Amino acid sequence: MIRHLLSGADLDAAAATQILDTAAEMATVAGREVKKLPALRGRTVVNLFYEDSTRTRISFEAAAKRLSADVINFSAKGSSVAKGESLKDTALTLQAMGADAVVVRHPASGAPHRLADWVAGSVVNAGDGTHEHPTQALLDAYTMRSRLGRLAGLRVAVVGDVLHSRVARSNVLLLSTLGAKVTLVGPPTLIPVDIAAALAPGTDVSYDLDVVLPDVDVVMMLRVQRERMNDSYFPSAREYARRYGLDGPRMRRLPEHAIVMHPGPMNRGMEITPEVADSPRSTIVEQVANGVSVRMAVLYLLLGGNKL
Amino acid sequence: MAYPPAAHPSPPRQPSVKVILTAADVSRVVDRIAHQILEKTQGAADTVLLGIPTRGAPLARRLAARISTFEDIVVPVGVLDITLYRDDLRRNATRAVGPTQLPPGGIDGQRVVLVDDVLFSGRTVRAALDALGDVGRPASVQLAVLVDRGHRQLPIRADYVGKNIPTALAESVRVTLAETDGADEVRLYGEALPS
Repeated sequence: MIRHLLSGADLDAAAATQILDTAAEMATVAGREVKKLPALRGRTVVNLFYEDSTRTRISFEAAAKRLSADVINFSAKGSSVAKGESLKDTALTLQAMGADAVVVRHPASGAPHRLADWVAGSVVNAGDGTHEHPTQALLDAYTMRSRLGRLAGLRVAVVGDVLHSRVARSNVLLLSTLGAKVTLVGPPTLIPVDIAAALAPGTDVSYDLDVVLPDVDVVMMLRVQRERMNDSYFPSAREYARRYGLDGPRMRRLPEHAIVMHPGPMNRGMEITPEVADSPRSTIVEQVANGVSVRMAVLYLLLGGNKL
Repeated sequence: MAYPPAAHPSPPRQPSVKVILTAADVSRVVDRIAHQILEKTQGAADTVLLGIPTRGAPLARRLAARISTFEDIVVPVGVLDITLYRDDLRRNATRAVGPTQLPPGGIDGQRVVLVDDVLFSGRTVRAALDALGDVGRPASVQLAVLVDRGHRQLPIRADYVGKNIPTALAESVRVTLAETDGADEVRLYGEALPS
């Protein structure tokens, strides 16, 4: 097993499958009377969050606690970071406190990679800038596998703001490793030129959602990140919703078995309509539950052994 | 407790390997343990068999099959993976987690018989007892093993023993079963084997 999880490309097919299989066992813990396992007793996991996040931080916290690890939550707001402490000094502080794993979210792409050089423990990338978010890709893969029974050969459309999406990047890397075929869909302004070839050969790009929909098993809608939408990537929110939003009529063009995913938080009425988000095809709530199981698997596989 | 006559000593293939139980011996031993479980549990009423992976799981299924042949009753069978409860997790590379499958009725209020292939230090059984406590509250817990090789490091004993094998600490006992390894056999090796 690897020491850090920084990128969807860190995992080969065997390692990724092992995480998904382990997550399936971890999921059974949620249905038990005692929702706790002793595997990481005495280990310390630090959640180092430089960006606002609710579900990812809570998900990692729940995962670490279910494995009996001690959890320290560190958010940049109201901490020494607000006083100007650098990432490196913060890292050395965590190191001195004996953190066995650091789960880091940072607005700068690549920050977790730098951190991995500075701390002795494992580093888990919980989202860095517009770069990667590997545990989201793992939980998406887990959700697809549990709904559709397989990953190899699945056709997945990733729709929306690919340019700024760490979820899209990690998903393309992981899903192509696991044998799924990804098509990136969105306005040309939001899909970087040559991204498909740069990330994973075999990935397609399309600018027309309606053409793609009848031939996919999974539609993954990306959040339109309003905070990053100040450069006129598209004329108006209404035009975006009309061309790339998933509404009821579009959903009915999907094959019977196809599922609709969204990493959350959703902009209802923008990239996805309430009718779609609340339909039985939607896996949005499942994805949250699966997130805890997958992060338990990742923490166990990184920290469970003697490599420290 | 009555034990079957000693296994026919078969000629060792190498100087350091000795077959302790042949396939026929294993089958007889499983039959006997099935009878003993029926005897000690008043006909296996309210009893659940839980196998500890890897080889406890097929053994538990065999015991249940024999019990249903002898008495025409169905004993629920499950698998209890103990990986996450081991006390040596951080001494080794990360171990893969196996499946835990409890019978549909659960184990609350049941008499649970844990089934494993070899009883050695007792640490696996300790981990299994911890795991059991997290998945339910059995009325009582018993232990059935194919081989007891001694050298306990914890105050644990088995209720049903297929064969007691006196061993030296440096020796290894290796159980193979048809379901997992292609053939039934128990061998004693003169030196430590990679696990």
